[in-house]
Amino acid sequence: MAIDSTPTTPADSRPVVGTRPVDIVVSLLLLAFALLLGWDSWRIGMSWASDGPQAGYFPFYLSLMMGAASVYGLVQAWRARAAGDPPFVLRDQFVRVMQVFVPTLAYCVAMQFLGLYVASFLLIAGFMWWTGGIAPWISLLTGFLFTAAMFVTFEIAFNVIMPKGPLEAAFGF
Amino acid sequence: MEAFELLFQGFQVLMTWDKIALMMLGLVLGIFVGVLPGLGGPNGVAILLPLTFSMDPTSAIVMLSCIYWGALFGGAITSILFNIPGEAWSVATTFDGYPMAQQGRAAEALTAAFTSSFVGSLVAVLLITFLSPRIADFALRFGPPEFFSVYLLTFCSFVGLGREARHKIVISMSLGLLLAGIGMDTVSGQLRMTFGSTELLRGVNFLVAVIGLFGISEILLTMEERLALQGHPAHMSLKVVWRVWMSLPRYWWTLLRSAVIGCWLGITPGGAIAASFMSYNLAKRLDKDKDSFGKGRIEGVFAPETAAHAAGTAALLPMLALGIPGSGTAAILLGGLMVWGLNPGPLLFVEHKSFVWGTIASMYLGNIVGLVLVLSTVPVFAAVLRVPFAAIAPMIVVSCAIGAYAVQNAMFDIWLMLGFGVIGYVFKKLGYPLAPLTLALVLGSRTEDAFRLSMIGAEGDLRVFWSNGLVGSITPLALVLLFWPLISQAAGRAIGWVRPARRQAEG
Repeated sequence: MAIDSTPTTPADSRPVVGTRPVDIVVSLLLLAFALLLGWDSWRIGMSWASDGPQAGYFPFYLSLMMGAASVYGLVQAWRARAAGDPPFVLRDQFVRVMQVFVPTLAYCVAMQFLGLYVASFLLIAGFMWWTGGIAPWISLLTGFLFTAAMFVTFEIAFNVIMPKGPLEAAFGF
Repeated sequence: MEAFELLFQGFQVLMTWDKIALMMLGLVLGIFVGVLPGLGGPNGVAILLPLTFSMDPTSAIVMLSCIYWGALFGGAITSILFNIPGEAWSVATTFDGYPMAQQGRAAEALTAAFTSSFVGSLVAVLLITFLSPRIADFALRFGPPEFFSVYLLTFCSFVGLGREARHKIVISMSLGLLLAGIGMDTVSGQLRMTFGSTELLRGVNFLVAVIGLFGISEILLTMEERLALQGHPAHMSLKVVWRVWMSLPRYWWTLLRSAVIGCWLGITPGGAIAASFMSYNLAKRLDKDKDSFGKGRIEGVFAPETAAHAAGTAALLPMLALGIPGSGTAAILLGGLMVWGLNPGPLLFVEHKSFVWGTIASMYLGNIVGLVLVLSTVPVFAAVLRVPFAAIAPMIVVSCAIGAYAVQNAMFDIWLMLGFGVIGYVFKKLGYPLAPLTLALVLGSRTEDAFRLSMIGAEGDLRVFWSNGLVGSITPLALVLLFWPLISQAAGRAIGWVRPARRQAEG
């Protein structure tokens, strides 16, 4: 699907999920996170030692605050009317978000094995070619030039070391 | 006039070829960052921060602050030519800027935007030049309780003055403070909230968080909205520039009023966004011909742009003088200062004079150079927007990854960045504000240290936060700001009771 071309088929604008359920789930997650951190702070000590507040003092009260606020948010979201709930994301929007999220995820995985530069080349060229519908040679060339420019800037000019893989090793970097 | 002398020394620090080259580079990168959808001031600065790790602090801050100016200038280009605000603070600029472009007056609107930006920053920089040394001088008397109460004031004003749902601001803020606490406790050396993970020992680096929250999430949002870029051509000519400049004296009151609003909101953490809207609304309300706004009035460009730039610049004042950033981008610059081993705050003015004054001098120079640069290169940057987003999006992702990795050379940070990207996307869609989260991440450990040091000093007596005139006036002020919505409601009711039917609409 080309991003910049006007859509020829009608956009699929059925909602994937409404805002209210997402709001509830996020409030629950935040509450769980607050409880987890609060418990850990309580574990290492949240009261006063002879030399002042213990390590868990500050985070403990913060997690109480965060927990209370998420409970409030949860109650509010729960009591909101389900009817007329605005959609959180529409189906065609969700597809487009996934079109960029999945390659980004794959990029992060590929980086572990191939190093940052090779993975970057693959991401740029692949994304332009498949998602953008741009001619393969332009995609490949752009990917190569951008990655090469990054390599020269960071690795050589500014001496900032990036994760490298087998290809860079073959060239002695 | 000690300030002049020090400022002059600052200019001397700057007048080397490599610093001027860095300044130009920073401005160009900044305009790019401002123009591209999916990248903004805070994110641009965060991604480019690793470039400066190998520089000396003065060169680094010169380049970074120029990126910031560039981003401020760049936002106006997309608002006027494409009706897409590159930054939230340029939304108000689209109201009249885009209609002007539609009428074929794009060059006029752009000149007005850049010039008023310049005026706005200039006023704010003058304020910084003369006010910040005094504030820093005053703040030298601060001890831990005073600093804690100032931090408290900052956080409370976010909660009290924010436009989002209060509980969401509180969540965002406490989440940031909690995340900042992960890792080794600096006072006792104890590990906390790491759950046995060695990766979490380092803690959550706020730059990584910012890159995810603003960079990755912005890409997701931009994809979701599917931008259809249809712009208007911009043909800049000296004649138009000259005509707009000649008309400036007529609008002196609009410019001055907007600059003052901007400076005020920039120092308090209300920020550039609020300033640009408030200034636009005031210009509209005070005009005789209200209906012509939104149809291409040049004042509708002057007012928000002056205010946004004045606010963006003034946000650096509390950062330099107190170590408290007035905006998201200022928060990241502050993080940069810490990376270079500088301790932001009043001592900076004593211990690193040449750094401080070099920075302030670079604000003057950066703005002048930026104005000339942006006026002469608008067509080039407008062309950048015609590059398909499918090419820009992966490049931004790559830049984000490089930025996130470079901070601590840790692969784990790449995953953190991705996680924060998802959090940022969901938070933005649900109306959780991201600015308090960023600020809390930056200030978290300083706030906690200030609190614990004052507690240790006072042997656990909370009354230390009311113990003298100084801290005793800041703490109540913080509480007033925290409950400001309730107070203003009560006050409004009281006034309404005495004098009915005079409701003050919000700016």
